[in-house]
Amino acid sequence: AMDTDLSSQDRKDLDKFIKFFALKTVQVIVQARLGEKICTRSSSSPTGSDWFNLAIKDIPEVTHEAKKALAGQLPAVGRSMCVEISLKTSEGDSMELEIWCLEMNEKCDKEIKVSYTVYNRLSLLLKSLLAITRVTPAYRLSRKQGHEYVILYRIYFGEVQLSGLGEGFQTVRVGTVGTPVGTITLSCAYRINLAFMSTRQFERTPPIMGIIIDHFVDRPYPSSSPMHPCNYRAGEDNGAVYPSVEDSQEVCTTSFSTSPPSQCVFTVTKAHFQAPPPVVTDTLKVPVMGLAFSHQLSSSRLSYQPAALGVGSADMGYPVLFAGGLNAAHPHQLIGPGKEGGVPPIPSQPAHGTQADQERMCTPLDGVHYSAATPSSSEDTETVSNSSEGKCGSPHDLLETIFIRKVGAFVNKPINQVTMANLDIPFAMFAPKNVELEDNDPMVNPPDSPETESPLQGSLHSEGSSGSSTGNTHDDFVMIDFKPAFSKDDILPMDLGTFYREFQNPPQLSSLSIDIGAQSMAEDLDSLPEKLAVHEKNVKEFDAFVETLQ
Amino acid sequence: PCRTRCCVPSALTPAMNCRAEVLEVSVEGRQVEEAMLAVLHTVLLHRSTGKFHYKKEGTYSIGTVGTQDVDCDFIDFAYVRVSSEELDRALRKAVGEFKDALRNSGSDGMGQISLEFYQKKKSRWPFSDECIPWELWTIKVNVVNLANEQERQICREKVGEKLCEKIINIVEVMNRHEYLPKMPTQSEVDNVFDTSLKDVQPYLYKISYQITDSLGTSVTTTMRRLIKDTLAL
Repeated sequence: AMDTDLSSQDRKDLDKFIKFFALKTVQVIVQARLGEKICTRSSSSPTGSDWFNLAIKDIPEVTHEAKKALAGQLPAVGRSMCVEISLKTSEGDSMELEIWCLEMNEKCDKEIKVSYTVYNRLSLLLKSLLAITRVTPAYRLSRKQGHEYVILYRIYFGEVQLSGLGEGFQTVRVGTVGTPVGTITLSCAYRINLAFMSTRQFERTPPIMGIIIDHFVDRPYPSSSPMHPCNYRAGEDNGAVYPSVEDSQEVCTTSFSTSPPSQCVFTVTKAHFQAPPPVVTDTLKVPVMGLAFSHQLSSSRLSYQPAALGVGSADMGYPVLFAGGLNAAHPHQLIGPGKEGGVPPIPSQPAHGTQADQERMCTPLDGVHYSAATPSSSEDTETVSNSSEGKCGSPHDLLETIFIRKVGAFVNKPINQVTMANLDIPFAMFAPKNVELEDNDPMVNPPDSPETESPLQGSLHSEGSSGSSTGNTHDDFVMIDFKPAFSKDDILPMDLGTFYREFQNPPQLSSLSIDIGAQSMAEDLDSLPEKLAVHEKNVKEFDAFVETLQ
Repeated sequence: PCRTRCCVPSALTPAMNCRAEVLEVSVEGRQVEEAMLAVLHTVLLHRSTGKFHYKKEGTYSIGTVGTQDVDCDFIDFAYVRVSSEELDRALRKAVGEFKDALRNSGSDGMGQISLEFYQKKKSRWPFSDECIPWELWTIKVNVVNLANEQERQICREKVGEKLCEKIINIVEVMNRHEYLPKMPTQSEVDNVFDTSLKDVQPYLYKISYQITDSLGTSVTTTMRRLIKDTLAL
């Protein structure tokens, strides 16, 4: 009955909105856990494919995974779309950090205008999501990933599973939007018990290959965990790329009307792209190790058929490899590179829980060049200039993402063990011991705990704080506000004048303060024979000593 | 400078349908700017759209709003802001003035900065146009002085956590989907939106601040700054 109130055009539009809202939600969440700062340009001229009037880039693999998980369905009552964010250490331990849930409930708002109000409210909700993804504890963890741990994501569709978050998890609501078919709600449940990591109380799951979400990092990635570049792929020779959102025939240019205010004119245009639509079938071919693969996965179906796409490698397993003995209690669907158009060849050996094995699996085979997949990632040296009218040129420019590296609060800097004596400040020796020293750049966060500590302890200490350790590490290094030398309130609480006076008139060295009047020359001469006698007695010792100096 | 022709100061306008939200933060002196910018940018992220382009038949299309991450240097915190250098400059200018005023006020360092969204209602000559506020955000600031680096480090983290809470509060308010001005026709757009920026279009807003002296009363001169004056004469 509820459908009769909604015109078919409205219904179509609403379904489309919800679908793209779900896809954009996943993009925002995953991009917020890449570990890099995100930056997109504003564009005063509508470019035609920026859904919800927001510049949110589409990482093709992420869209692909989301579409796979949704499998053509939309969030509905009892069928929620969930993005699970988890952390995996270099030893292979993993832990769920957050579950982002896009749900639909039955409360309908029949009066609301789909093409106008719902659309704008979905846009507002995405903005809220952008803001909220930066304030949960996992954000700071993800900014520091790469050395001791990485952040992974998994998308599933169906019932929300919160049991992996540990006790006492918290939830934050991002927002809701009422529609004529139900109310969309977006929320996040996040773990607060990060202290578990250091005592290894969670189950040891076998190492799991997944997409390492540092997709847009500069290449080569210097010292990151070797687990990653499974998802880096070149503009390949076989020309297969992930279908980006623009590739599909669902680009939407929206016009809004003010007269009458409720009207909305929609034009749907097809994007002009050369990439052929991907061939995806529903069959799952997993020639791997005889594992009962399908039931280990969560409810969504995987679609992959390498053979049909002309990929030659005979032993090409599904790019997502399970180690033996996957823990059934943790059905980790792997978000494999799962590329429809071609798979980076990965040896199909099972990995057995060691980092070395994972390294092996990630090594590219013959001739597959790994580089960032998206066209605009080459612009990562670009900084955001005055965001003037965006380029309305090639479709790839539509959504530029510029990543800026800035040394700021969340930088995972190499550990500098700084001692008082090493610091290049004047008269460091005289500074009181309890003063803290900092890099010369006052904008740099103090370094984190030294690397010699357990890899988990430093980064993942209490309550998702920034990770700077407290307590004992203050003994290892000290931090100081960098201020000009001799200034007021500096290391030495004195002003310039006092300083000059004190240091220009140092006290006499005690060795030089001979009380001359006490001794006379005669006394000196008298004591000489005695002294000579003593020296002659010890001549052997002196000789031996001199020899050691030769 | 406040141009009296353009609008009636909102203090004198009955605040009908104007929801007011108040946030309070305690920060160290050097954290004031970043904390204020984080809150103001988060609010404006939700209260800015792309540029409108009106076409015939009363339809319009909307430009695209880009966003970017900002890391704070003195607070363990990061936030998202609209990618618009003009908007960022305007906010930094206002916050800079607020910070200076706080610093000059003496050691107690209490004050508040307000972000008000308003609509303009045109009146016939000789009456001046009215500015009708529909949303008012007030951030009360208490500046603390810390004795040593250890306290400062703790403050970095604590203020970061507090700001996370504030962002969640702001998003809660935004999610209520309460009154928003109706989407205007082309002739009315300048009464609702600030169309002077070239890349984004925030709702008309003004920022003002007050410094509280140590007795808790308003300083004699309530300083009011109009950062954006869209009725340029």
